[in-house]
Amino acid sequence: MKYAFSFLAVIALILIAGLGSQIPGMQYFFGVAIPYLAIMLFVGGFVYRVMQWAKSPVPFSIPTTCGQGASLDFIKQDKLDCPSKTSEVVARMFLEIFLFRSLFRNTKSEIHDGPKISYESSKWLWLFALLFHYSFLLIVIRHMRLFIDPIPFWLSAIEGVDSMLQIGAPTLYLSSVALLGGIALLFGRRLVNPHVRYISLNNDYFPLVLIFAIGLTGILMRYFLRTNIDIINIKNLAMGLVTFSPVITVKIGAIFYIHLFLVSTLLAYFPFSKLMHMGGVFMSPTRNMANDSRAKRHINPWNDPEIKPHSYAGYEDEFREFMVDAGIPVEKELSAAKDEA
Amino acid sequence: MAVPKLEQLSKSVVQGPSLATGAVPTKDWMDIPAIFKPGNYAYPAKQEKVAYLNSQKDLHFPNAREWSPEDDDWKLPEDWKDIILKGLKERLDKFRSLKIFMDCCVRCGACADKCHFFLGTGDPKNMPVLRAELLRSVYRNDFTLGGKLLGAMAGAREMTVGVLKEWFMYSYQCTECRRCSVFCPYGIDTAEVTMMLRELLHLVGVGINWILEPASNSNRTGNHMGLQPHTFKDNVDFLADDVENLTGVKINHSFNRKGAEVLFITPSADVFAEPGLYTAMGYLLLFEHIGLDYTWSTYASEGGNFGLFTNNELMKKLNGKMYAEAKRLGVKYIIGGECGHMWRVVHQYMDTMNGPADFMEVPKSSITGTTFNNAASTKMVHISEFTADLIKNGKLKLDKSRNAHVKATFHDSCNPARAMGLIDEPRYILDHVLDNWVEMPENTIREQTFCCGSGTGLNTDEIMELRMRSGLPRANAVKHVIDKHDVNTLSCVCAIDRATLTSLMNYWNPGCNVCGVSELVGNALVMDGENRQELDEGLRTLV
Repeated sequence: MKYAFSFLAVIALILIAGLGSQIPGMQYFFGVAIPYLAIMLFVGGFVYRVMQWAKSPVPFSIPTTCGQGASLDFIKQDKLDCPSKTSEVVARMFLEIFLFRSLFRNTKSEIHDGPKISYESSKWLWLFALLFHYSFLLIVIRHMRLFIDPIPFWLSAIEGVDSMLQIGAPTLYLSSVALLGGIALLFGRRLVNPHVRYISLNNDYFPLVLIFAIGLTGILMRYFLRTNIDIINIKNLAMGLVTFSPVITVKIGAIFYIHLFLVSTLLAYFPFSKLMHMGGVFMSPTRNMANDSRAKRHINPWNDPEIKPHSYAGYEDEFREFMVDAGIPVEKELSAAKDEA
Repeated sequence: MAVPKLEQLSKSVVQGPSLATGAVPTKDWMDIPAIFKPGNYAYPAKQEKVAYLNSQKDLHFPNAREWSPEDDDWKLPEDWKDIILKGLKERLDKFRSLKIFMDCCVRCGACADKCHFFLGTGDPKNMPVLRAELLRSVYRNDFTLGGKLLGAMAGAREMTVGVLKEWFMYSYQCTECRRCSVFCPYGIDTAEVTMMLRELLHLVGVGINWILEPASNSNRTGNHMGLQPHTFKDNVDFLADDVENLTGVKINHSFNRKGAEVLFITPSADVFAEPGLYTAMGYLLLFEHIGLDYTWSTYASEGGNFGLFTNNELMKKLNGKMYAEAKRLGVKYIIGGECGHMWRVVHQYMDTMNGPADFMEVPKSSITGTTFNNAASTKMVHISEFTADLIKNGKLKLDKSRNAHVKATFHDSCNPARAMGLIDEPRYILDHVLDNWVEMPENTIREQTFCCGSGTGLNTDEIMELRMRSGLPRANAVKHVIDKHDVNTLSCVCAIDRATLTSLMNYWNPGCNVCGVSELVGNALVMDGENRQELDEGLRTLV
């Protein structure tokens, strides 16, 4: 029942913002103070976490090789899955980060009578993840219209594509539907797949519920709860925030403050959670290193040159007689060794 | 501990109430304690072995004592918890991989059913993600803000003796094979996690004998079998005599010879036990065939590195012999025999730990003139690379019909496949020494290969049932090609495989032989001046 807690937490957040923002004088707190604090936590936290990772060295070259490495001329290298040059690593990382290539490999195994184990391709997780991440990205980009004036052409073009089906007024954004759908599918998968359900923590359900609520409040604000929702006023506030001269002069509906508070929560929560996989995926040593550790020496800053093997001299001292008997060459003949002793 | 009968285990892996077969445990995994009983744990390290290692300069293997995992009291040092947490802190600062892997997992479950231990045992804690959570939960508790603030709500838990016991159980039910890492969207490598768990456990004197005894042998005698120099030489001489009896060709080999062009190092198991012996005979024939100027070493007589299964310091110390001996003998480069984890160390660790090997030359085959640029810095060439190059340049006289008795398939060993990218060289060799051989199903080969189930020092008899379970995915894929193509031989490029797959085949697929690729090369070689007997079974023929 771990997911129940996440719902409760998000409901509490909604109540706090919904009620709190209606208290006279608190609009500034929810509309300005909280967003600033959240951004500070997000940026500061994100940078801190990345610095923390960067502080630890990568002592060994440990790429996971997923194909044939560069070796002899007549053996064909798999440059994407076993890169040996930086350009190949970049290509591997690009596909990993933008197309979730490793997830694309996913298989599902089943064990049948016999016993017989079968493996079949299973691309659902890959599909749900793509749906979720790309719709989220689109939505973030679309929101840039609130912070930029005048609105650049490319942004309008993206919005145009996103609403190309021309459903309803204001027109429905496909990314909004895809985001909610993607989250519902990822959440559903967590509940239905017994493996994933067993390993899931609050930490896994909470961000899904939170982002779902963000999407939902956004949609409600755009299409349904439009009382006191005037895009001009909201843009004024947003522009004020990015130009460090925020003012709130008019009444804005509670749904906006709820939406903003949830977004702020997400930003503040981000650096201290698994959501940091966004930064970590760039820094994973098993993916971002070239498989060239025999061709080029990788340096380990804490390598201890004092650690030496059990010496040959010590070995020969222990076994010299046997070695001489067996005709194995020695550094010191028996007589010489005895003289020393 | 008796191993269950085949029928019993065959049923149990399918119908047993496990997460792999669809039964979901009713308790949260944190509430299920690790319980040790005969058969589910490898014997702890003998007191004298731990004491010996601890007495070596640069090594730290404290708390040598008699103890049993079945006892409540593991006789840990009084401040064990402090030691573990400090050890964890130290390792977080030393390994970026550990930090990233602790922080980035989203528990998507892609790794869950990729692990051979999970498929064979159905134990939820053998899902790679949970194996990492065993450590991650403690990491959260003591090293993250979320864990400190929210505790169990954020998946954190305190380090207790129970947790330590769980670590011991599950870090020795992982063979560091990296298969999960192939499927993870962030490349999280459970091998890294397992290595850290094992390092931490050694800090409080918790380790297994099947690793620490071979490790101390390697340190003292140069090889994990504990063969002293004269015995090691006798064994190789004996194999050379066998080759001469079979083929009429006298083998010229040498030991510890200064000035040789090449130092040859292979896992000592190859000169000690079947079926590795035949692979070693293959090496002797190959080098004789091309007249290679090479030497064996009794001091660096172990390719394998049991240090890899313990901690970085011991790995480095044991590995150091290779370069030390190459330097002493003044060779130009090193050729390494067929071995899995040995090549993980040679390929990804050796140069970093014990290099630069600037006293040698970039490996260049004096037979073909090929320069091995991929080993330009490490100066160590894999025998399969070396052999494939010889074949390509037409330097080997091969008669495939001499392998007519063999219908083979090929098992990619975990480390060459996933920590090196040595995948097609052995296949190229097989294409030239066998009339035909077949691949196992695609989800079980190359980078998706399944471990033999007993790597990283787990091929000890007292955990035979576990080994047969964890080896099931591999055995099952072999069975598929036995049924479909009448395969009778499982070839591989790993000495541990040759030992462990033999037990695995005897159990799941009786009648299927296990061999090294170099054995098949040896079978097929047409030697100058040979006086070959009727070898119906190649080098294995009894004459």
